[in-house]
Amino acid sequence: MSQIPVDLKYVSTHEWLRAEPDGSFTIGITDHAQDALGDLVFVELPEVGRDVAAGEACAVVESVKAASDIYAPIAGRISAVNTTLIDAPEQVNTDCYGAGWLFRLSPAGAADASGLLDAEAYRALLDQGG
Amino acid sequence: MEKATAQVRASVSPPLIFEQGRPGRRAMAQAPSVVEPWEDLPAHLRRNAPPALPEVSEMQVVRHYTRLSQRNFSIDTQFYPLGSCTMKYNPRACNTLAMLPGFLNRHPLAPAARGQGFLACLYELQEILQAVTGMQAVSLTPMAGAQGELAGMAMIRAYHRARGDLARTEVLVPNAAHGTNPATAVMCGFQVREIPTDASGDVDFAALEAALGPRTAAIMLTNPSTLGVFERRIGEIAERVHAAGGLLYYDGANLNAILGQVRPGDMGFDVVHVNLHKTFATPHGGGGPGAGAVGVGERLRPFLPIPYVLKEGERYRWAERADCPQSIGRLSAFMGNAGVLLRAYVYARLLGAEGMARVGTYATLSANYLLARLREMGFEPAYPERRASHEFTLTLKGLTARTGVTALDVAKRLLDYDFHAPTVYFPQLVPECLLIEPTETESKQDLDRFVAAMAAILVEAQEAPERLREAPHHLPVRRLDEVRAAREPDLRWQAPIDSLA
Amino acid sequence: MPFIPHTPEDVQAMLDAIGVTDVAELFDEIPPALRWSRVEGVPPGASEMAIARLMRERAARDGDDLCFLGAGAYEHHIPAAVWEIATRGEFYSAYTPYQAEASQGTLQLIYEYQSMMTALMGMDVSNASLYDGASALAEAALMALRLHRGGDVRRIWMPAAVHPHYRETVRTIVEGQGIALIEVPYDSVTGRTPAAALDDLPDAAALVIPQPNFFGRLEEVDALTDAARARGALVIAVVNPLAMAVLKPPGAWGAAGGADIACGDGQPLGIPLAGGGPYYGFLCCRSEHVRQMPGRIVGRTVDRDGRTGYTLTLQPREQHIRRAKATSNICTNQGLMVTTSTIHMALLGAEGLARAARSSHARAAALAGQLAALPGVSLRFVGPFFHEFVLTLPRPVAPVLTSLADVGILGGYDLSAAYPELGHALLVCATETRSAADLARYTAALATILGDDA
Repeated sequence: MSQIPVDLKYVSTHEWLRAEPDGSFTIGITDHAQDALGDLVFVELPEVGRDVAAGEACAVVESVKAASDIYAPIAGRISAVNTTLIDAPEQVNTDCYGAGWLFRLSPAGAADASGLLDAEAYRALLDQGG
Repeated sequence: MEKATAQVRASVSPPLIFEQGRPGRRAMAQAPSVVEPWEDLPAHLRRNAPPALPEVSEMQVVRHYTRLSQRNFSIDTQFYPLGSCTMKYNPRACNTLAMLPGFLNRHPLAPAARGQGFLACLYELQEILQAVTGMQAVSLTPMAGAQGELAGMAMIRAYHRARGDLARTEVLVPNAAHGTNPATAVMCGFQVREIPTDASGDVDFAALEAALGPRTAAIMLTNPSTLGVFERRIGEIAERVHAAGGLLYYDGANLNAILGQVRPGDMGFDVVHVNLHKTFATPHGGGGPGAGAVGVGERLRPFLPIPYVLKEGERYRWAERADCPQSIGRLSAFMGNAGVLLRAYVYARLLGAEGMARVGTYATLSANYLLARLREMGFEPAYPERRASHEFTLTLKGLTARTGVTALDVAKRLLDYDFHAPTVYFPQLVPECLLIEPTETESKQDLDRFVAAMAAILVEAQEAPERLREAPHHLPVRRLDEVRAAREPDLRWQAPIDSLA
Repeated sequence: MPFIPHTPEDVQAMLDAIGVTDVAELFDEIPPALRWSRVEGVPPGASEMAIARLMRERAARDGDDLCFLGAGAYEHHIPAAVWEIATRGEFYSAYTPYQAEASQGTLQLIYEYQSMMTALMGMDVSNASLYDGASALAEAALMALRLHRGGDVRRIWMPAAVHPHYRETVRTIVEGQGIALIEVPYDSVTGRTPAAALDDLPDAAALVIPQPNFFGRLEEVDALTDAARARGALVIAVVNPLAMAVLKPPGAWGAAGGADIACGDGQPLGIPLAGGGPYYGFLCCRSEHVRQMPGRIVGRTVDRDGRTGYTLTLQPREQHIRRAKATSNICTNQGLMVTTSTIHMALLGAEGLARAARSSHARAAALAGQLAALPGVSLRFVGPFFHEFVLTLPRPVAPVLTSLADVGILGGYDLSAAYPELGHALLVCATETRSAADLARYTAALATILGDDA
């Protein structure tokens, strides 16, 4: 069964968010997503400083047989990216909620969290086969 | 039932041709015997060191590549039930006659007067393709199916623009379509809108109607579809798309199913491409060359890509820009894959009208027979209520749930039984999918041998699933580490450092 | 029935297994109104013997001319072993090597091809081929746009000295994406593309540099590369691969790191003229650009037992996975042509290719000298060329070419349609296949034809 930490927020496209003390959000893909993709071989990260809209594709994770877009769960500016993934994309598989984080966003204005799921709601989504 | 047995193949990995050479070893019978001067070549335009190419004898080359060839499956050696690829027999006469010296030595820019025999073949092939697709004009220049698609979508774009209808920026593509369809639409500057498939394998008609509108440039369809079933409401689809101001693009990947039976033109399509390397039996060559001739109805005729062949009296000549000022233009430096076209022409003449009618008939008979036999063995069709066209889809989701054995495992195990694998995991909307296409050129006895192998594999899946998960066991290599290949790309041989010193 | 093995007994047994009485029932899902009652417009079938005779007669009608035409397709000697091996059924009738375990022959061969092509071009990575040189240049242009600063500069600098058919093909393929080709003029004395010409042009994502160019001239590739870099543009080399056995390869152009992309037509490496195809397009790039490269790529890896093996890799770039977001729509490429070229390069090696290139240059230089000595004939441009050169004739080219064809000589390519500013200009080619006697025959024939004027 997939790990779904209770302290994170989720979106239906299988990204997770963590609120950081400085007001920014760290974003990665869930255990369910990394498991479904299989061994990752490449991660394409956005440029720091880029402004993204909620739902905009801004990164790509690639396995041998698939490539998946990663969507910004909320609008904001990219404030950091996990450059260690360039040489070691497998960290997304081994530690998706830790060393395998993808990028950090500073929300534009007040973050609209209405579309975000808590751990329980995300688990319910997975249980429905979503 | 015949007993299926696993085949063992030689498994000694040959060293690279580079590793077989020795400095100074040459096969100079093939090159000029003297080194000629090039006096006015400026030093700064000169190459400093020779490229690191092999230094081997002629016999080493012949032996090496002959041995490599033996590490391949091919139609000439194995049954290839590869769905969507139409791996039929490639008649030898087509190759021999396309390689007659008069054709091989012909320069592409030689005057038409010095190529009347060649042009006659191409002109007649245009006519034959026009007839069997029910179109009004044909250009043979696209070099593969995907380039035929590009030509077709570029013509559709040019058509709307010529009418000043600039709002048509959307192309509708069923979610079961070949990946080339959406990729092509994007290359031509369109946005892609996916249309779902209904439970019976047809296009979801309500979703299609909802998507049609003043932004619709075209719909791209394969019929029979990639699911191996005939789109039954094609007449209504054509009517609605045309009424909305859009055009219909026919992806000819599955034309073999209906050759001589139904014409895309009669279904309402405005443009088609024909994969000559599928339906017209030209070789796949380990990944090409193909040929993707395009046919059009009246509306798109002015936009056909050049060059194509015109006949004036008894003389043939190339159509050039002056003949068709609205043409989308060239797609290659010369005349596409001319040698492939000659092979297709010879095939078409050998079959003739009666032979073409047989192609669709026997391809369909063989597919439905294979489907019936595999069902009997316990395999599950993805669309059990439907007739197979020239191919059909099985879903192994039940088997996977019961045994953990996947479509990939079954495919790999088939290689051990000396059959090429079917297409797997395409179309993506069928879980654990096998797409199987036997073609008309396999005998009933060969189909029966395939059924026997599939039955044996089904037993193995239940009794020894690990044997399938580890398959293949009897090929030159076992499953390859694709993760390593992608994470640490090793894409060329490099001379060892000490040899550069 | 040609190629259909079913006996009447087989058909009956198959129908019984399906549970239908007639083959027509298998088409019962197709609306009857769409069924075609009879195949029309196709001649009746003929025997192999009859078609063989027809094809031999047609091939013979096309004659056996002495060829001095080049313009993008070149007659070179092809060793007998090349096509003997390439047309083995195991290469000829194999599918794309998606099932790696059953395709190690083709996959290892493509890996060797990639190794040879990168060595010849001085580049890091090669793909497994594209359709032809012209469409490869179009793919290179699209790739350069993706690589260049997020793709916002929608312009390519395209020299007028690039093959006119290449330029037209690029236009057809990139037009749909709103990309403009900015023409870079050539120098009317040297026939080369001057680097200073870029100064007057708006910025572009990339500069295309032909070597040699369409007139056969050798471009100042270092200066052009550096000029493009100084403007922030990428460099796309479009080169004759045989010439690269002698000339500085794209990977070494300029002061810093060479071209970004090298492409061209592989035809001079073992592919017959064959009326224009099939040839193949090659495309190489620097390793940092590989994820924007179109087409198939083979990588070396290991199997579960640690044995060396080969597989298609980096596939998520491609249409069958990425669909609308793929780097290109290309699927089928020109596999058999790559097989041919790989065997050709292995047989000739670096030394053999260099000799063929040098001999071609020597024959062209000798012919240029002889023809330019004829009254009223002169060389249009000054400076070094590879194996093609431009002549100015004293009168219109087309009738001269017709007269030459009447005596079995293809005299060259008439430039007057594509380059009217050059006047009565004729592009002539000679390769290592032309003997001294061939050159003398051409010279004598041209002297006679032009002499008839006098």
